[in-house]
Amino acid sequence: MSDMTIIGATSSRSVSAPSVRRAELRRIRIEPSTGWISLGLKDLWQYRELLYFLTWRDIKVRYKQTALGAAWAVIQPLFTMLVFTLFFGRLAKVPSDGIPYPLFSYTALLPWQLFAYALTESSNSVVANERLITKVYFPRLVVPLASIFAGLVDFVIAFTLVVGMMVWYGVRPTWAILTLPFFVVFAMATALGVGLWLSALNVQYRDVRYTLNFIVQFWLFASPVAYSSTLVPARWRPFYGLNPMAGVIEGFRWALLGKAQAPGAMLGVSVVVVGIVLVGGLYYYRRMEKTFADVV
Amino acid sequence: MTDVAIRCEGLAKQYRIGERESYKALRDVITDAFASPFHRFRSALRHSSNGAASKEEPYFWALDDVSFEIKSGEVVGIIGRNGAGKSTLLKILSRITEPTRGHADVWGRIGSLLEVGTGFHPELTGRDNIFLNGAILGMRRAEVARKFDQIVAFAEVEKFIDTPVKRYSSGMYVRLAFAVAAHMETEILLVDEVLAVGDAQFQKKCFEKFRQISTGGRAIVFVSHNMSAMRTVCQKGIVLDRGKVTEHGEINKVADRYLENMQPDLLSNEAETASFIVEEIYIGSEEGSVIKTFDDVKIRVKAKAKTDIVDPGLYVGLLSRDNQRITALDLKDFQTVPGITSGDSFELGFDISALPILPGSYELEVFLKDLGHHKIELVPGRVGFDVVESPVYGGRKIDSWYGQVGLRACGFAKVTSLINSDQ
Ligand SMILES: Nc1ncnc2c1ncn2[C@@H]1O[C@H](COP(=O)(O)OP(=O)(O)OP(=O)(O)O)[C@@H](O)[C@H]1O
Ligand SMILES: [Mg+2]
Repeated sequence: MSDMTIIGATSSRSVSAPSVRRAELRRIRIEPSTGWISLGLKDLWQYRELLYFLTWRDIKVRYKQTALGAAWAVIQPLFTMLVFTLFFGRLAKVPSDGIPYPLFSYTALLPWQLFAYALTESSNSVVANERLITKVYFPRLVVPLASIFAGLVDFVIAFTLVVGMMVWYGVRPTWAILTLPFFVVFAMATALGVGLWLSALNVQYRDVRYTLNFIVQFWLFASPVAYSSTLVPARWRPFYGLNPMAGVIEGFRWALLGKAQAPGAMLGVSVVVVGIVLVGGLYYYRRMEKTFADVV
Repeated sequence: MTDVAIRCEGLAKQYRIGERESYKALRDVITDAFASPFHRFRSALRHSSNGAASKEEPYFWALDDVSFEIKSGEVVGIIGRNGAGKSTLLKILSRITEPTRGHADVWGRIGSLLEVGTGFHPELTGRDNIFLNGAILGMRRAEVARKFDQIVAFAEVEKFIDTPVKRYSSGMYVRLAFAVAAHMETEILLVDEVLAVGDAQFQKKCFEKFRQISTGGRAIVFVSHNMSAMRTVCQKGIVLDRGKVTEHGEINKVADRYLENMQPDLLSNEAETASFIVEEIYIGSEEGSVIKTFDDVKIRVKAKAKTDIVDPGLYVGLLSRDNQRITALDLKDFQTVPGITSGDSFELGFDISALPILPGSYELEVFLKDLGHHKIELVPGRVGFDVVESPVYGGRKIDSWYGQVGLRACGFAKVTSLINSDQ
């Protein structure tokens, strides 16, 4: 994509123009981009409807093709929770900060699944939308963004179950629940930050697709889903925050259940890490996207 | 209506040789990284097509110093052989890919249709796909909603609008996809060879739509290999030859010149069958490779025998581009040919007087025979040729609606008046 400048038609031009319409036309300059690339957020805003439709397409197609449809959104975390409860909760007796283990792990699985889905889908998004990218112009950021948003529906569906569990276990939310949206957005931002890097790399190195499963699995065990971050000595916890999902998950637990401590320093580190990864990812993606159509 | 819609100046695009710029396996990068760690890894991370990352790699120019101007209200056809850079040009103008050098200015919104049904999802219904495709093409949802009925009517798929498009016939699919694009209201419309699909009647409808669009003051750039379509739809033509603009002007002149300059369409390489090496297949009129309706036409097949041929024969079929055999000729009905010894060259063919074929694109299918050994061998690859537009029956343009065969005819009229006949 070109680094384009949009300028109103010059006045000398509109003198010769036969109608007002002419003067309204915008000039688009197409040329090789050089130097510092802008993020093109204005262009992205213009294409917000496309973002909406691509998200909508992903969701609609996914639920249409499966027999159980939306039920999958609950089944997946539910069964993972049952397995975790059996092995980590019952057999290994992993401490869960005084929260019933099923609730403890399910609360973590919610943001985790959102993250894992968004990461996988966004990393594959550019390659998966090859046809679109080689045949139509639109801000390329739309593609990974749409796949991130598509995961939200699953999240909302799976979320209903946690409400039921909280009632069942008699856990009452505190005012901390107001921060919940922040952690949801934070999980998506983490997925987007990493997904931008991986999706751009995936265009050139298809190996990304094959390493992705491994990355997600490894990441799951590096994150406090099945266990609590209190297992990590307090001194080291800020370093644990280098894994942003640690901050997200502990924050999510805290916001929803209000039991454990608010993740302070750890979350701070996570926010900084995500900030760097995301901004870096945005620039890397923008820099690489001009080659997408030629290479993908 | 003399405003400039598109102006290109020195537009150039470089690609790496090979069919496409290919992605790499990480393995190569890693092995390279060991060879020269820093240099390689850095260039891998920031690899960009125009960054000339390493000099050994061979590049070529798919577009080379292309400059032209298109005014609003014009329909301009881009003509050129395969690989001339037509699609590349449209991709640059629609901002899908960046030029390597030069620049283009475009006044107004650009709509492009480089492929029919980009973004159509087979699982979604026609209705859903209209909205999705509209958004992909850059239309607002309200705009699509407003034109929804028009689009459906244009595509003639009213009954199936709530059926998933995977159940559509390919014709319906194409019609629907084109209908959405045709209702874009951008000031500039770029159309790559997409109408080759679809039946003749629908093509006609599309051309009609093009004309409507252009009279509304919008510019259309249109790529096609179908010369007669070009002549009907476009006012101007631009010829691209290996990335360079070689002609630009009034469409009929440009198209005639293009067809003249085009080498008589031969097989690009020698073709071989079991017993023959075919060196050249030629079809042309007295004016060379430009053939008009009712011209006297020569067909020649030059070949070499690989074995002894006892009773040589030639069969030539004349096919329309949609694979219908219009007619065929067998040499044995006209001529006896003496035997040929292995290694000998020979030339067989036909002289046809007043070829009654209407303007359009056609193909020759050639069989060489050794009737003594009961062998009939198809020469691989067909030879395409165009019958160019000309006043077949006087002045008017004869389009594909008339079919493919022209007739030498005289009119007849007789009027009997009842009132006068009594007296
Ligand atoms: N992404 C790419 N990477 C490398 N080379 C490419 C790429 N896209 C096109 N090319 C090359 O650029 C040249 C021009 O291609 P282009 O598609 O523009 O031709 P065209 O005129 O549209 O041909 P056709 O009539 O077959 O559609 C071709 O040699 C093609 O192989
Ligand atoms: Mg092409």
